[in-house]
Amino acid sequence: MSSIRNPETLSALDRPNSYIGKTVPRPNLDRLLQGRASYVSDMELPRMAHVAFLRSPHAHAKIVSIDAAAAKLMPGVIAVVTGGELAAVITPWVGVLSHLKGLKSAPQSAIAIDRVCWQGEAVAAIVAISRAAAEDAAEQVAVKYEELEAVADMRTALDPATPVIHSSLGDNLAFERVHDAGAVDQAFAASDAVVEAEFVFGRHTGVTLEPRAVVADWNAAEARLTIYQGTQAPHMVQNIAALHLGLREQQVRVVCKDVGGSFGIKVHIYADEMATYALSKLLRRPIKFVADRVESFNTDIHARDHCCKGKIGVKRDGTILAFEIDDLTGIGPYSMYPRTSAIEANQVVNLVGGPYTSKNYRARARVVFQNKNVMCQYRAVGHPIACSVTEGLVDLAAMKIGMDPVEIRRRNLIADDAYPCASPSGLRFEQLSHQASLTKIVEMMDYQALRADQAALRKRGIHRGIGIASFIEVTNPSAAFYGVGGAKISSQDGVAVRLDAQGSVICQTSITEQGQGSEALTAQIVGSVLGVSMDRVRVILGDTDMTPYGGGTWASRGAGIGGEAALQATKVLRKNILDVAAVILQSTPAELDIVDNAVINVSDGAFRIELNELARIVYFRPDTLPPGIQPELMATKHFVPREYPFAFTNGVQAAWVEVDTDTGFVKLLKHWVVEDCGTIINPQLVDEQIRGGVVQGLGAALFEKCIYDERGQLTNANLADYLVPMSGEMPDIDVGHVVSPTKESELGAKGAGEAGTAGAAAAVTNAVNDALKPFATIITEIPLTPQVILTALGRI
Amino acid sequence: MKASAFAYARATSLANALELLATHGDKAKVLSGGQSLIPAMNLRLVSPELIVDIGDLGELRGIAVKGETLVIGALTRHADLLKSSHIVKCAPLLAAAVAHVAHPAIRNRGTIGGSLAQADPASELPACMLALGATIVVRGKGGERRIAAEEFFTGIYETKLGPQDLLVAIEVPVASPGSAHFFQEFARRHGDYAIVGLAAQVMRQGDRFADLRLGFFAVGDTPVLAKAAAAMLTGAAITPELLAEASAALASELNPHEDQQATPAMRRHLARVLLARCLATLLNRPDLQTGAGV
Repeated sequence: MSSIRNPETLSALDRPNSYIGKTVPRPNLDRLLQGRASYVSDMELPRMAHVAFLRSPHAHAKIVSIDAAAAKLMPGVIAVVTGGELAAVITPWVGVLSHLKGLKSAPQSAIAIDRVCWQGEAVAAIVAISRAAAEDAAEQVAVKYEELEAVADMRTALDPATPVIHSSLGDNLAFERVHDAGAVDQAFAASDAVVEAEFVFGRHTGVTLEPRAVVADWNAAEARLTIYQGTQAPHMVQNIAALHLGLREQQVRVVCKDVGGSFGIKVHIYADEMATYALSKLLRRPIKFVADRVESFNTDIHARDHCCKGKIGVKRDGTILAFEIDDLTGIGPYSMYPRTSAIEANQVVNLVGGPYTSKNYRARARVVFQNKNVMCQYRAVGHPIACSVTEGLVDLAAMKIGMDPVEIRRRNLIADDAYPCASPSGLRFEQLSHQASLTKIVEMMDYQALRADQAALRKRGIHRGIGIASFIEVTNPSAAFYGVGGAKISSQDGVAVRLDAQGSVICQTSITEQGQGSEALTAQIVGSVLGVSMDRVRVILGDTDMTPYGGGTWASRGAGIGGEAALQATKVLRKNILDVAAVILQSTPAELDIVDNAVINVSDGAFRIELNELARIVYFRPDTLPPGIQPELMATKHFVPREYPFAFTNGVQAAWVEVDTDTGFVKLLKHWVVEDCGTIINPQLVDEQIRGGVVQGLGAALFEKCIYDERGQLTNANLADYLVPMSGEMPDIDVGHVVSPTKESELGAKGAGEAGTAGAAAAVTNAVNDALKPFATIITEIPLTPQVILTALGRI
Repeated sequence: MKASAFAYARATSLANALELLATHGDKAKVLSGGQSLIPAMNLRLVSPELIVDIGDLGELRGIAVKGETLVIGALTRHADLLKSSHIVKCAPLLAAAVAHVAHPAIRNRGTIGGSLAQADPASELPACMLALGATIVVRGKGGERRIAAEEFFTGIYETKLGPQDLLVAIEVPVASPGSAHFFQEFARRHGDYAIVGLAAQVMRQGDRFADLRLGFFAVGDTPVLAKAAAAMLTGAAITPELLAEASAALASELNPHEDQQATPAMRRHLARVLLARCLATLLNRPDLQTGAGV
């Protein structure tokens, strides 16, 4: 472990009663475990009505007519609202960002007006006294469609014979990026071996336990809309809702209490949520929308669905000379709002080859429209694609030149003392630890012993494989992610802390909690820096009326950005408290410290005054303080990284698998991760983030896929047919750490939320190919289903 | 995903249940464990006008041994089958199979009668009934009928049960001494419906089979008793060559469907793998493991 650098930080974070680096129970656990959490799905408000959306059964069709007369007569129905009618209160939007040059999309409405562009797009809202009544009435709405040809296959989306989904855009190409660094052609020419492969990634989705849920409450008397929503970014929702409803942001309050999982699914603005806000304004009453599971599959953003050609050039000594990729992805009919659907492909271009020293890199990424559900950012945006392509190519190169997969990585990963440096795609790295991480994982897994096991079992017809995948992860994004492109998505976060009248601390933070531990890590930082016990720190988040302005929790930014804001705010509060204490105690601030909820002497640790007592004097007997002393027991600080656009983290994963070559089934025997997220605030939270991320990556590797037919119909929109990873199939996951704190902040924390997902599928795919080595077949498609494996083995 | 409105009647006796079914016919649905019916209703795939809840009919619940017959009440839950010492002793194949039926929460509510009446061709218990030579006991307007399991399953979700019938019990011959069983299924995740599965009940005689009943599931519209393959393997010395021939015969006995998990060819392939593993396990002959031409 490298040490934390500056002595002042030592005093703030390494105090005798510090919670930093300790596994402490999450303050919200009791609330969640005793069933006292506040989920939007459970909310009831007076006069609240429920909306069900009638959704298109066609992937692409003209809406000829909508007859809602019978539905309006059904019991309990309050209104049936079409897209045209709703357009009176809400404007359409276009999901583009100016820094993604050339990105185009078409205006999207809250409810389709004259054309539906994917199976599942809403065509009418049925508002009733209960969801069941709304669903009954939805069956009575008669919609006449004229079916149009659906663009289902991304590979043919750009063919001249394929219909253009939005004629105003001219073609189905939403975005294209090309990148060329170094001298790629010369590098391939100078290579001893050049290997090419096409990597195919299934479309999948987040499957949150609690579906998307919103209650919108327009209070006409206050001219104010309160939106209760499970979201990762309350201020973003506030901005977008206000913008499209013709309100000032101040007229919109977004409240986000407990959220049953998000994984990036809940960081976007969905048409049906916009419709719900608008319906509340139109009908002047609270309206609730909770997506059911089928709707979730048809409308929650999907992700991945890439087809990426890759090429690597390598010398006989293992030196990687060049990478080249050509990536294609289909994003549905619209670029998602407001973060756009070009980010994933853009990330793939950014990240391929990122861990390695090779400077020659050429890439093209094309993003095409299709008549399927919208695609956008989901946990580890682009990372699993980039990592699988890069690490798959590295293994293929190693195989070709007969080199061990660990050895080729050792020879090509950027040296730990080479920082700061930049990748061939222009990413700047402050300090990574690829070599130390690789060394550590090789030890953890006892690599040589595993290789010996593998060889012994091979003789008995048991085919096991080892897969390694090094990765980099984008965390702590600055304004470079969205702000520079014109999106009103804050990259800074704010924290306000105040001492209450009994010496406890109220902390308001703009980061949000969806289960990852934002509340816990904030309390740990505040308690440690101030010198109070965690049970005295109450953290308030998820309310645009109550917290400072900020981005929220996404892109692995909560701890690194919100945590630093908490640290800095608490330092100010601490100074302010010590200033008052010095006055009360006729001492100087430098002679005093706060430990265990009391002010003490620095010199001998002697107790001086309880914070409780100090607060009593400040709030109730300020008359006893000397003239001119005005204590400020509340402090606010904001933070955003400025030096680096992103705080990159790194790590490596390894998988040990067994392939049953008769059945094509893969058994995950063991998984290892070493990652470097800088300062670790709560080891258990970090490790469980890693494990949870790995499981989502393993889901992509073996199970999860949204299966569309050739007409653009999603055919497995339920939890029986869409296979999420279950505990029974999951291996033990060992997690280790290397710690390289970022110098951008005093806290030194980088993100950890997506590292697990970034590399898991790459490790498993490499392991399966390692297991299948004697069969001379290479599989570069996930999920690795028994059908895929048996086909590759020529068994069926 | 809310069910459309329906009427509900909790049957007070078997006679009452039959009376309700006689009156409402196919507009009514019987609610047993509800593990298939309720999701289908919530998805509005079925919209019965009346639910006849038979949950109170204690006489349909329980496991008893009557002479050489094991009698299982239709309302007996999967979890009870799993716990029953009668089942372990008299029909150990069933005990092995039930562990693969979905997950504990579903096994706590789902019933054997419900599973058989649902007749999902990918579910475990119908195939077990074939392998065990069970008899399905049905009560209807005309009184009681006893239907051999081999006759009972007629199609996907289709059985000999009419809209006015109630499946009341299952009779299974008590396993003879010296009998053995094999159960295995291939599912992407534990608890999922199988891609292909095999429930086998056999009598061994030395290193041969005196009797071999191979109940395959998820291989067609109904569970399949692979008679041709079994006939070739009964009474004969099992060689890899014979196994290969029996495997070929098996493949032609099956008529599997294509779905998201597997093509028909893959299902036939996996059925052959299962046959080889079944024989290798029951005869303790590892050499047969890969001898089915797989």
